[in-house]
Amino acid sequence: MTTTTNKIIFTPERLAKANEMIARYPEGKQKSAIMPIMHLAQEQFAWMSQEVMDYVANLLDIAPIEVYEVATFYTMFHLEPVGKHVIEYCRTGPCVLMGGEEVYAHLKQKLGVSKGQTTSDGLFTLKEVECLAACGWGPCFQIREKYYMHLTNEKVDEIIGELSK
Amino acid sequence: MKILTEHINTPGIETFDVYRKKGGYQAVEKVIKNMSSDEVIEEVKKSGVRGRGGAGFPMGMKWSFLAKPEGVPRYLVCNADESEPGTFKDHYLMKNIPHLLVEGMIISSYALGANKGFIYVRGELMYVIRILEKAIEEAKAAGFLGKNILGSGYDLELIVHPGGGAYICGEETALLESLEGKRGNPRNKPPFPAVKGLYQCPTVVNNVESIATTSWIINNGGEAYAGIGIGKSTGTKLISASGHINKPGVYEIDLGLPCDEFLNSDEYCGGVRKGHQLKAVVAGGSSVPIVPGNMFLKTANGEDRLMSYESLSDGGFVSGTMLGSGGFIVFDETACIVRNTWNFARFYEHESCGQCSPCREGTGWMQKVLSRIEHGKGSMHDIDLLVDIAKKIEGNTICPLGDAAAWPVASAIRHFRDEFEWHIKYPLEATKPGAVYMGESVLV
Repeated sequence: MTTTTNKIIFTPERLAKANEMIARYPEGKQKSAIMPIMHLAQEQFAWMSQEVMDYVANLLDIAPIEVYEVATFYTMFHLEPVGKHVIEYCRTGPCVLMGGEEVYAHLKQKLGVSKGQTTSDGLFTLKEVECLAACGWGPCFQIREKYYMHLTNEKVDEIIGELSK
Repeated sequence: MKILTEHINTPGIETFDVYRKKGGYQAVEKVIKNMSSDEVIEEVKKSGVRGRGGAGFPMGMKWSFLAKPEGVPRYLVCNADESEPGTFKDHYLMKNIPHLLVEGMIISSYALGANKGFIYVRGELMYVIRILEKAIEEAKAAGFLGKNILGSGYDLELIVHPGGGAYICGEETALLESLEGKRGNPRNKPPFPAVKGLYQCPTVVNNVESIATTSWIINNGGEAYAGIGIGKSTGTKLISASGHINKPGVYEIDLGLPCDEFLNSDEYCGGVRKGHQLKAVVAGGSSVPIVPGNMFLKTANGEDRLMSYESLSDGGFVSGTMLGSGGFIVFDETACIVRNTWNFARFYEHESCGQCSPCREGTGWMQKVLSRIEHGKGSMHDIDLLVDIAKKIEGNTICPLGDAAAWPVASAIRHFRDEFEWHIKYPLEATKPGAVYMGESVLV
């Protein structure tokens, strides 16, 4: 969790990465780097607070509104504080056919939260997302970069158990 | 024929060394050393390969539209935003055999005279982005990317760019807006990307699978590719199969394979799950019309339907569907068509970019009406209301998302109206957990 006394700034490694990302795009087109840099920012700061978005705008030498409008359009960016592990559960048709609704009910019951909520210990935030392009390997959810597929109630228990340690 | 997946199960095929040993990058050598850009475009034209993202537009023709003004950079952009519900073949291809795409990008960029190529991958597949970046590094280290490739004087840099969670960015102009660092709002066409695309420069946007075919086409010739398949559906297609079947997964098929065989043979889907009966099929991703099982297997004339662009479209929207992205979703008798239609409507409402009033308002409206029908609060006039809303969205939007939202609703009502009526007439029955209409649904 960030506090107001911590200045929002990339680690040296991430700053170097951000500059490398900017340099990939043609001269004068640095704004293209906004999305890769926003992912980098969310990786470090967990969610896109206004301070984080203003920092990204500054890095790219663009107006803050240009970051706000991107952050509010794309669903991967969290606009509120989140728990340690954000579970993004696929709710679209094909996963439902693969048993997704039953497994989702089990997951919600196990965590004791509904969509959009964070467990009281701050460990898990539950989000519903649309098709993750893993339909034949579903039901599935993702946490950060990792895809968890072929889900069953047992597998869910295992994953939550592992991540709770 | 296994054009794309021939080596996909070879251990280590994701590495440059193994891929090279299996004949990888020979096509790049052939193209860069012995062929002109025009000759490469000719081969792709001869192959008849059609856009594999869903639109099915001939790739060679799209390439030939590229404007070539002096001193203006051209770009190739690979659309790896795969987000059409039911579709996961690009995910499968990129994760398992990334070099197939990298090689295809080099061949295609060379053909188009582009010195920078972008692979726009949906942000959720960040782990696949890392796999692709590694493959690009390997290809560069081996001299197939960078400056003066194989001493030819041709420079090419490939950049992998993440999306952020937006189905609409699978639409090519929304993708370009996103790549430029903006919200994914589609552009009016004309001008087409071939004339004014990325950064207002001439650009070609192609799907992952389409680009992945080019190395085989170069190695074996466009004519050989055209010799596979049927009629104007040449070559092979990756079908992403999911739902109530025994063997969900990605299958490469010769276009023209009989639908019955694809659904029931053990070589492919292995049939509907044991103890259940086929009810409906969505053959090409959530955006294509849903059809009852028997209408999927046979055309209105009683002929066996084939897995091809033409055969699946036989009968138009009255009795047919579309090959689309090949996102093949199967429903058995336990599936509630009303619930699924609401689920898809909710998807389109969520994903609408909001620019066009018919889509922005219409998708939300359809979702609300379907929700109340599904939850036992519908009225009989809701059904015709839905048909009317769908009709008023179709054709009245900047991009096809509006149509894509309308077609599943219109087709579900066309073929399963009795199921909707049951939900409305018998709400207490219909809202019992697990309740499904068992009346006059067409079962096979």
